[in-house]
Amino acid sequence: MSRAAATGAYGTAGSVARPRRRARALLRWSPLAPATILLLLFLAGPIGYCVYIAFTDMQLTGQESTSFVGLANFRRAFGDPAFLNAVVLTLVFTLVSSILGQNTLGLALAALMRRASRPVRTLTGAVVLTAWVLPEIVAGFLLYTFFERRGTLNAILDQLHLPSQNWLFTLPILAVSFANVWRGTAFSMLIYSAALAEIPQEVTESAEVDGASGRQRLWHITLPMIRRSIGTNLMLNTLQTLSVFGLIWAMTRGGPGSRSQTLPVFMYDQAFLKSLIGYGTAVALLLLVVGALFSVVYLRLLREEV
Amino acid sequence: MPAPAVRPLLTRRARHRLAADAALLAVTAAFAVPLAWLVLSSFDTEATLRVKVPGSPSLDNFSAVLTDEITFTPMLNSLLLCGSATALTVACAALAAYPLSRYRSRFSRPYLLTILFSTCLPITAIMVPVYALFVRVNLIDTLYGTALFLATAQLPFAIWLMKNFMDGIPRVLEEAAWTDGASWFQALWRVILPLMGPGVTVVTIYTFAIMWGNFFVPFLLLLSPDQLPASVSIFTFFGNYGAIAFGQLAAFSILYSTPVVLLYVLISRRLGGGFALGGAVKG
Repeated sequence: MSRAAATGAYGTAGSVARPRRRARALLRWSPLAPATILLLLFLAGPIGYCVYIAFTDMQLTGQESTSFVGLANFRRAFGDPAFLNAVVLTLVFTLVSSILGQNTLGLALAALMRRASRPVRTLTGAVVLTAWVLPEIVAGFLLYTFFERRGTLNAILDQLHLPSQNWLFTLPILAVSFANVWRGTAFSMLIYSAALAEIPQEVTESAEVDGASGRQRLWHITLPMIRRSIGTNLMLNTLQTLSVFGLIWAMTRGGPGSRSQTLPVFMYDQAFLKSLIGYGTAVALLLLVVGALFSVVYLRLLREEV
Repeated sequence: MPAPAVRPLLTRRARHRLAADAALLAVTAAFAVPLAWLVLSSFDTEATLRVKVPGSPSLDNFSAVLTDEITFTPMLNSLLLCGSATALTVACAALAAYPLSRYRSRFSRPYLLTILFSTCLPITAIMVPVYALFVRVNLIDTLYGTALFLATAQLPFAIWLMKNFMDGIPRVLEEAAWTDGASWFQALWRVILPLMGPGVTVVTIYTFAIMWGNFFVPFLLLLSPDQLPASVSIFTFFGNYGAIAFGQLAAFSILYSTPVVLLYVLISRRLGGGFALGGAVKG
């Protein structure tokens, strides 16, 4: 077996052959070049540029040149009620739709599907997955029609003789949160179905024989055994939810007023509608930092698993 | 007396199944209502915002939107944009995955961790600087510029998936090719890629479907109406003429969604229910 060919460029260093070895290593790693160049130009580049612009007063129009303003954008953000409003709404949106909604509902669906009969299981899977697969904008319109004043939800409430109201006006942030639950639950359902299928049958059965109630089994056996999947799922859901834009844009455009304006919508509003690129980017940078922190935690979780 | 002990157990199980079925059906009904609106309204020329069965179902909405301006041009734009971006992503990801999967070196692990890290970054957040950058280097409002960005945004996850699939191909096979004097490119092209056909298919379909549904990137980077993909052109149903033709909006939404739905069905057939992603997510 010619292992030498496979063991990589930094194996035993023969001083005579070093230049040739280096040339061979370069050749060997050359397939990485196209991807690396793209990633540097269009991903690392903008991130670097993001860091730069966030410290300037760049505007889209009406300004000759851009100058460096230090931390002014960030100071402005933390003193800006509109920004703080967006932070609070983002927290509500993430908590309701991702942590409580998608995560819990996804787990419940996955657990119920293990008990349900086959046709029901297939039907549920198909419907929930379709909601996930539809393009974001289509999902946005569908839930707009559902929550609109003349929409289906109020029609159902009328039928049941319950008070109807203008949901997109009275509770816009909850309406978009539910929309995100509708759209995103399938992902959690898939993750948890896979995780639950990996729990050995004997463990649950012996607990059942020992007389553990359903709730006890859930709390003491199931949840601890799938805790890594829970961590992964929460992390990915949260990251997804942090960057939702199209769904909210299609349903409310951040309104009425700014009552469903989460950070991405606020960023868009400042940078493009108010032309404050510098300020909008500072907000984007904060969002990016939060995302990066979540990413690092996620990597840690994965490392534990390996 | 085993019989009395067994019978209650069975009925309990049946009861549990019934309860689970009922709960699932309730949730499914709630999930299905917006989908029902989509399907029913598309056949109803007098569609409103409410779910209702069309009085006289017809295909008029579809024939009304099947014009160059409303459907064909945006769909063709989507196809061009996402097709070229997908080709670029898959080609770059396959190349990049090869050394990462085959050779060991002190920078392959940090490289992979960086890739994994960037799959998680909220791309939405960098769109403002990307816009500013594109204005500066004159890539704004160009299909190829937008395709380059879409391709790059999807690249980290594609590399990660591709590398995991490639790790599953035994190395012995290409060692034979190496001893026969094949270059890395020949080994990749002739030996590995044909063996990982399903893996490449999954990466391709997944990448394409994600791009097809992407709204924010083309919304910001493309400006001229004749270049807009379907994900953005759908907005022209709103606002322009006052009243919204909901039936036509539904019909167009169905036309626009069909390709991705079909593609997802194709992947799940191939890999048993979206678990390619589950596997990828778990590393």
